[in-house]
Amino acid sequence: MYRYDEFDATLVAERVAQFRGQVNRRLSGELTEDQFKPLRLMNGVYLQLHAYMLRVAIPYGTLTSQKMRKLAHIARKYDKGYGHLTTRQNIQFNWPALVDVPDILDELAEVEMHAIQTSGNCIRNTTSDQYAGATAEEVEDPRPYAEMIRQWSTFHPEFSYLPRKFKIAVTAADRDRAAVKFHDIGLRIHKNDAGEVGFEVYVGGGLGRTPFVGPTIREFLPKEYLLSYLEAILRVYNQQGRRDNKFKARIKILVNSEGVDGFANLVETEWNQIKNSGVDLPREEIDRIHAYFASPKFENLSGESKTHKAKIAEDKEFARWARTNLAEHKTSGYSIVNISVKPIGGIPGDISDIQMEAVADIAERFSFDEMCVTHEQNLVLPHVKKDDLFAVWSALKAVDLATANIGLVSDIIACPGLDYCSLANTRSIPIAQRIAERFSDFQKQEDLGELKIKISGCINACGHHHAGHIGILGVDKKGEEFYQITLGGSGAEDAAIGEIAGRGFSSDQVVDAVEKLVDYYKNNRQDKERFLDTYRRLGAQPFKEALYDAA
Amino acid sequence: MTLLKFSHERLLPTLSEPLEEVTLTDWRENPSGNAGATALVVDNDIPLSDIASDLSGFSVVILNFPKFQDGRAYSQARLLRDRYGYTGEIRARGDVLRDQISYMVRCGFNAFEFSGEDVSGADKALREFSFAYQPGADNEAPVWRKRLSRAAAA
Repeated sequence: MYRYDEFDATLVAERVAQFRGQVNRRLSGELTEDQFKPLRLMNGVYLQLHAYMLRVAIPYGTLTSQKMRKLAHIARKYDKGYGHLTTRQNIQFNWPALVDVPDILDELAEVEMHAIQTSGNCIRNTTSDQYAGATAEEVEDPRPYAEMIRQWSTFHPEFSYLPRKFKIAVTAADRDRAAVKFHDIGLRIHKNDAGEVGFEVYVGGGLGRTPFVGPTIREFLPKEYLLSYLEAILRVYNQQGRRDNKFKARIKILVNSEGVDGFANLVETEWNQIKNSGVDLPREEIDRIHAYFASPKFENLSGESKTHKAKIAEDKEFARWARTNLAEHKTSGYSIVNISVKPIGGIPGDISDIQMEAVADIAERFSFDEMCVTHEQNLVLPHVKKDDLFAVWSALKAVDLATANIGLVSDIIACPGLDYCSLANTRSIPIAQRIAERFSDFQKQEDLGELKIKISGCINACGHHHAGHIGILGVDKKGEEFYQITLGGSGAEDAAIGEIAGRGFSSDQVVDAVEKLVDYYKNNRQDKERFLDTYRRLGAQPFKEALYDAA
Repeated sequence: MTLLKFSHERLLPTLSEPLEEVTLTDWRENPSGNAGATALVVDNDIPLSDIASDLSGFSVVILNFPKFQDGRAYSQARLLRDRYGYTGEIRARGDVLRDQISYMVRCGFNAFEFSGEDVSGADKALREFSFAYQPGADNEAPVWRKRLSRAAAA
């Protein structure tokens, strides 16, 4: 886990002081709201429907118990006792008062946290694989690179007033849990034929109004050139990205208008001029950052745990959770534990102060003091001994965090929607709640297997509906909430944009519509096919017929 | 508007000296007709490639911020300094406000047609951050270089 030195700590403290001054100048009227808005956004402060919202950065999602406890404290003291995990592995608080925000930032700074660049037209929190450092699938740990990007992009003087927001993700495994192809820049760490480790660089992926799967502009970038290559991409974008229309300002539009080869040429030309000009980190600094992410001292354990096996045999509920919520760890005798923050009927990603403290306690005792927020709005305990799994499950169950639904139909991504957001056309949360309730039977959920439902309350697609196996997009139709369904999207390594199924459904009809799709899949799947596999094999037509013929 | 110049790590109000301005386009179309020009005005949507030969006669280059959210001129200033070796004055014009001037300085600007009122506040804002993570067009060594020299000294 990265720890601040005095440079990092000083910069964060100075940003808090600067922001305190900016808030005071706004309150005194010296700054107009138009002048203040980009400044507060760049420090994570939004104005929502009912109140200000503060988004706190969690670099690559990683938290310690100390940080998690501080978030719980902030939820309790300054908010209504809960926070909301976001699809950028951050957390946001929905009800702080603007005058309290500088104090909240002071409290965050005490535990090496901040809200820097969690919004605004700048480089946002770099996301990564929630199994980083714990999975055997990865070529190497992607988090040190995310940390290098964090530092390079923080207060970047040239790239703080970009045409639009800018999101970067890094993964190092073939199974993509970070949706890298849906980012402005996606980086996949891999080995080339010579066995050297470097990055495949995707640029111009994204969701929103104009979804694109990010094309590859470079198959292999040697690791040591990471920052100069990013700087070249950003410099091309800062100068040539469109600024005349907010909806055409993301880099994906530029990549599309230049063509992939044309855009790649612009980047390569720029990069060739700067690649040895001192932007890249020297070996010593790269090593220094890597050292923080060294593996914890795992015990030498057998791959099988007698305690775990016995508890599985004894307790059906635990056994189900173990089947759905655990993942293979790189070290014998350990497991990766997924904590679902999607209780049936709850608000996806909402976590209370008490739950945060419970997770902090569990992580401290059982997972080397480490936890990670996932882009699917859940949490991960990366390093739990198999012998301890039952104890962890019991402790999670005590605070209603033992829902056995990771990757299943009720593990839904939903944007805040019209319950919070001033951009939304429709509500998202109640739809997610009603779908989860419809499929609440855990045996049936497990039988359906991996099925990713993602819900956005407007075309900005914060709920990633384009990448859902079943996506739901809320649209306003003459003042009534309507929901359009998309099919066949994926945010994983087989990235795809869902296809619109047809006319939308009213709020009353949409859950039935989802059930029809699920039933069609259930009756027509072969072997162990997932919903997405059946859809890809049979094509859209029969699913559309199932959806509309009987309606 | 107050003209501020950056010198010895401070922003100082300066009397506007008379400049004869010419846009890059006009200059390129008619260099002899603009032989007396002292300041080159470059709009922020003009690519700077091949500008090196245009720069030699000018003591001032003026770059534009039509709105402070439009950050194209940051890159133009960096290119003028880092790539084309321009050492004269780079002046920011337009929506030039206190909270952006430190970034402008880091990108190579050293004169500002300041739209705000509070000159001493703008000067103070230059010192809000003690370090920078990344190299810029200024002389500030990035944090990683400071870490290295500290480690070497230890």
